[in-house]
Amino acid sequence: MQSSGREHLEQRLRACAPERAAFIPFITAGDPDFSTSVQIALMLARHADAIEIGIPYSDPLADGPVIQEASLRALAAGMTMSRAFDLMRAVREQSDVPLIAFTYANPVMQAGFGVFMQSCRESGVSGVIVPDLPYEESDDLLAAADATGVALIPLLALTSRERIAKIAARAQGFAYCVSSLGVTGERSNFSAELRSFVQTVQQHAAVPTAVGFGVSTADHVRELAAFADGVVVGSAIVRRCGAMQPAAQSGDDATLRAQMEELERFCAGLAHAAVRAGAAS
Amino acid sequence: MYPDERGRFGEFGGQYVPETLMSALRQLEDDYARLSQDDEFTAQLSEYLSTYSGRPTPLYYAKRLTELLGGPKIYLKREDLNHTGAHKINNTLGQGLLAKMTGKKRVIAETGAGQHGVASATVAALLGLECTVFMGEEDMARQALNVFRMRLLGAEVVPAVSGTKTLKDATNEAIRHWVQHVEDTYYIIGSVVGPHPYPMMVRNFQRIIGDETKEQILRQEGRLPDVILACVGGGSNAMGIFYPFVSDAHVRLIGVEAAGDGVETERHAASIAKGRKGVLHGSLTMLLQDADGQVLPAHSISAGLDYPGVGPEHAHLGATGRATYVPITDREALEAFSLLARVEGILPALESAHAVAHALKLAPGMQKDELLVISLSGRGDKDVEQVQPYFGGGNHAE
Repeated sequence: MQSSGREHLEQRLRACAPERAAFIPFITAGDPDFSTSVQIALMLARHADAIEIGIPYSDPLADGPVIQEASLRALAAGMTMSRAFDLMRAVREQSDVPLIAFTYANPVMQAGFGVFMQSCRESGVSGVIVPDLPYEESDDLLAAADATGVALIPLLALTSRERIAKIAARAQGFAYCVSSLGVTGERSNFSAELRSFVQTVQQHAAVPTAVGFGVSTADHVRELAAFADGVVVGSAIVRRCGAMQPAAQSGDDATLRAQMEELERFCAGLAHAAVRAGAAS
Repeated sequence: MYPDERGRFGEFGGQYVPETLMSALRQLEDDYARLSQDDEFTAQLSEYLSTYSGRPTPLYYAKRLTELLGGPKIYLKREDLNHTGAHKINNTLGQGLLAKMTGKKRVIAETGAGQHGVASATVAALLGLECTVFMGEEDMARQALNVFRMRLLGAEVVPAVSGTKTLKDATNEAIRHWVQHVEDTYYIIGSVVGPHPYPMMVRNFQRIIGDETKEQILRQEGRLPDVILACVGGGSNAMGIFYPFVSDAHVRLIGVEAAGDGVETERHAASIAKGRKGVLHGSLTMLLQDADGQVLPAHSISAGLDYPGVGPEHAHLGATGRATYVPITDREALEAFSLLARVEGILPALESAHAVAHALKLAPGMQKDELLVISLSGRGDKDVEQVQPYFGGGNHAE
């Protein structure tokens, strides 16, 4: 029997332990364009345990400037929700890497919660993250997630405190721990409270925990891999994808190939950093 | 009574925000519930509203406008006579005091034309708080004088350079900033929008407009008005004047939305007339958006109405039919702006001119013994430079 998206994702993340933390890169669908996005995702699939794909939205209020700009570039280039599903389906036809759709409450609501989750299942998407749909507002989407076997991945924040238990208890796929106060974007260091926060979430969640927002270097990944089950890297990768736009647009294949190779080296380094000290490499 | 315990006005409202903000919103609910019953808070607020802002504002019988239109007696609720020139200060005094009394040292605000930014900067100066105002880069260019006013008042003005670079994006930036600084910063939202408890709280700080109007019209006329008109962008002046009359079923409440070039075009800001249910800035409301749920840019000559969403309680009043919402174009608003100046010697804000414009349409069809109240939410001095080209630099529009 074919496993559900949720099971597929959870199994892949669990399989990483104890040698390493899962490496989960993020890209924006359609940035710099549809086919380059597919190529980037397939390249990432060689190094990643799951990939987050941002479905671009006009008003991404949980995102910093890098992902905001990527969203606007992708929208300007004609990306839509239905094209984003085409893109994810194209990736899944060539790879079994679990995909996670990241988007906002309004586009999901306009599609219809049930229709959206059904599209996820049909496109081979394993999990969904909606950063402006907190616990109190997520009952309808959760019901649709349960009906389709797609994971609804909740976010937890350093300010969640007494909310951690109830949010973590119904986490599916993984529990997404937001590294610090603020939106997505590259940062230089993390809060001293982060480790104990993640450990609290781990006590309450039946699924793995991953840390994201601001994770941008191999050193960050190494630091977080020591206690988190997974690490999400977004803006640092998205910035490099955005830089491919001129070459992708002008058909400068040599430059594009060189940039793709540079991105692959960067991501391979991140994946390597997720291997825990002491584990055989 | 709305909102319910989930922060909903019927199906509208709620708290669609990043998890990082949820604890702060709960804390704000608790702080507001406590302080709104606190004698010292209410006494201080009331003192500032009267001695600092100049309340109560008059309910003025516009005799010449009444005679010109030949219909109901028309009254203007003169919110333009508040300190800083608009109703916005009713709310910023309330929220500023709330910030101060809960130990916050710093406030942030979003602004479109700059009116709420100026009112926030003013209150921050009054209460000794640091203030940062987010304003769309486009709006900063269009309203350079208000940017200077805020800076004179000691506020930092930060350009919002994302998206359409207007109020919507300034609000996004303010929310993003708040997520990062939530532990020491208070966010003063300028209208009856945003996640619960903001729409309720801002309405309650603005209801003084309606409470005074009720008392004044009863004193001056011995009865309640037949119609109340107010412009609606986010809708705080409208919610403020409507709310005390919501249970007076025979009082018609009419919100006037900005139709820009016309609701049949793509350039308008008529969220209730032309929008669909959707989520913007933390609440489920009526929203201008495309089929995919991407937010569409709004258009209005009035920066204060140039917003693709609307307060969730208006969405609810519209859905239940308790209030009706009508569109007024840029051109109609400009004509009303000019007419009120010449007939009554009052320059209304372009926002308020939308409400006046609907009165020009409505009044001739009403009876002489009826009463019509217009919320004159702000004064038009801020708009004089902007409207000059439309009037050819001359004396009046034709």
